Amino acid sequence: MDLSPPVQFDLHRRMVRIRVFEEAAGRLAEANKLPGFLHLYVGEEAVAAGVCAALNDDDHITSTHRGHGHLVAKGGDFNRMMAELMGKSTGMCKGKGGSMHISDLSLGMLGANGIVGAGSPIAVGAAFANKYRGRGQVAVAFFGDGATNIGAFHEAANMACALHLPIVFACENNEYGEFTPRSATMAITDIVDRAAGYGMPGVIIDGMDVVAVHEATLEAVARARAGGGPSLIEAKTYRFYNHHGIQNLGLKYRPDDEVARWKERDPIFTFEDRMIENGTMTRDRVDEIWAGLRGEIEVAIKFAEDSPLPTPDQILVDVYTSMTGAAQ
Amino acid sequence: MSDVRKLTYGGAFNEAVRQAMEADENIFCAGEDIGAFGGVFGTYLGLQAKFGAHRVVDTPISEQAIVGLGIGAAVTGLRPIVDLMFMDFICVAFDQIVNQAAKLKYMFGGEATMPLTITTGGGAGLSAAAQHSQSLEAILCHIPGLMVVYPSNPYDMKGLMTACIRENNPTIMVKHKRLLGMSAHVPEENYEIPLGKANIMRAGTDVTVIAYGRMANETLVAAEKLAADGIECEVIDPRTLQPLDTDSIVESARKTHKVLVVHEAVKFGGLGAEIASQIHELAFDYLDAPVARIGAPFSPVPFSPALEQHYLPDAASIEAGIRNLVQRS
Repeated sequence: MDLSPPVQFDLHRRMVRIRVFEEAAGRLAEANKLPGFLHLYVGEEAVAAGVCAALNDDDHITSTHRGHGHLVAKGGDFNRMMAELMGKSTGMCKGKGGSMHISDLSLGMLGANGIVGAGSPIAVGAAFANKYRGRGQVAVAFFGDGATNIGAFHEAANMACALHLPIVFACENNEYGEFTPRSATMAITDIVDRAAGYGMPGVIIDGMDVVAVHEATLEAVARARAGGGPSLIEAKTYRFYNHHGIQNLGLKYRPDDEVARWKERDPIFTFEDRMIENGTMTRDRVDEIWAGLRGEIEVAIKFAEDSPLPTPDQILVDVYTSMTGAAQ
Repeated sequence: MSDVRKLTYGGAFNEAVRQAMEADENIFCAGEDIGAFGGVFGTYLGLQAKFGAHRVVDTPISEQAIVGLGIGAAVTGLRPIVDLMFMDFICVAFDQIVNQAAKLKYMFGGEATMPLTITTGGGAGLSAAAQHSQSLEAILCHIPGLMVVYPSNPYDMKGLMTACIRENNPTIMVKHKRLLGMSAHVPEENYEIPLGKANIMRAGTDVTVIAYGRMANETLVAAEKLAADGIECEVIDPRTLQPLDTDSIVESARKTHKVLVVHEAVKFGGLGAEIASQIHELAFDYLDAPVARIGAPFSPVPFSPALEQHYLPDAASIEAGIRNLVQRS
């Protein structure tokens, strides 16, 4: 591991922040304290953390329906995120977006997205704007294996390559599109095979290894910033919880031993073991970090619970930028 | 007035875009064939030569990605104009228009602004058949967050397109394909016609006719013929369909007591249904007859000129509709 200790600490902290946020959200959902759908990122933390740690604050990302992890990794504020999941007026989106549309434009996070594959064309637009302004910013499109079967992804990938835009396509291949295994929905095993069809380089990396993700992203981002065009990174990963919530409907669609095998490769615990083995980190320090972030989450839950609900007079606010556009 | 400056409807569009791009370097255009070729309708002619390929961008035939390109660029600070050649092609890009462009601001709690202009060629009358002739504006008007603009003449085109480009909400500018060659006075200096304000094209006392796009012009022809028989039509072109200038429409209805709505979109579920309902809700006691509607029959746009000419409303059918309405009471 060539990464400096501060970078390692940063990667670790981003992953633990995601985990504690998602576990808290999962608990609240199971207690019926969160309205709506909840797609948890637990198990995939190395991807968001490894990618976002390679980005600057003014770089842009587009996300997926499983989007909390991406926002946390980009620096999302726990309080306002938790308030959004509860539909409170203090939330990131003032209670109008919720889990599936969580966003923070000030961090370059252009939104989770309820439509599979829809974020990629938007990331292409951000990348176009970044090239147009010429300030060296890049865009990253996060998407799952399932999204590579939808037209929007293909259009976005082709256009990005045709226009030679500074963008990284970051695929989280967790082997399932909702409840259906990848093998049933495509005749290829590796998403990266698709990269060549658009004329961009692609790499497969171990999505449970945050260092591998980070190093691959650094290379792709450097290429994009230098005018070298798009890249595709396929991170092989796995969601530890269900498509939706922790238990979902209790329906079984993945073999127990498969889930157990992936959990043994927990991206956070394996990274902690490596850091402790290398002497970069101590077990006590690891425990302190978890305890500190769990404390922050408790504060965020309290903040969210104590926050006011939006009032009905807010329904028509922000449909349009000025109310001149309001319909009757 | 023989030296009055004239431009075509398409030329007025082009001039609005050119003047806007000269004034603001954050404006760029993207779409199929709009660069070197100038667009299949010629409305982007000469813009790439003037502003360069980085500001007037030829894209792949990828309507979802074209609109996505505009959304991503708009939300990160540029002012994109993206072209979807034919209005029928909005269907290919519907997710990006309806689920993304229209809703981002709202879903993000107001944080986003979306100064995106989508331009497209609408309307029938060129034997372009069912996939290149539709009038789908009612579908777009049904989506909160979108603004829909449909000019009926060159002067309005320039002023409304300028307003669309300056607007901070996503606008859809519909260019009627059969109006592209229409020529009329258009001032050279830049001007803006405010969105959401109707134009009373002709003042009258006996009946109000609401029509937009090419049908506004057909209605004016009908109105002149009726005037010879002493029937004075008030012709209102809403110019902007979303937001709709309901106040102007209702005010006229209260004055004339009879209203006809005309569009070349199919009648069922068309904008005429919404306009009629609003008038009934807001001016029922003033009406001498139910609000009447003229629209296309409930079929795809047919190919053969023999069919298409009967499919579309025209000055004659509008005149007949007005006479029929005026005879009531």
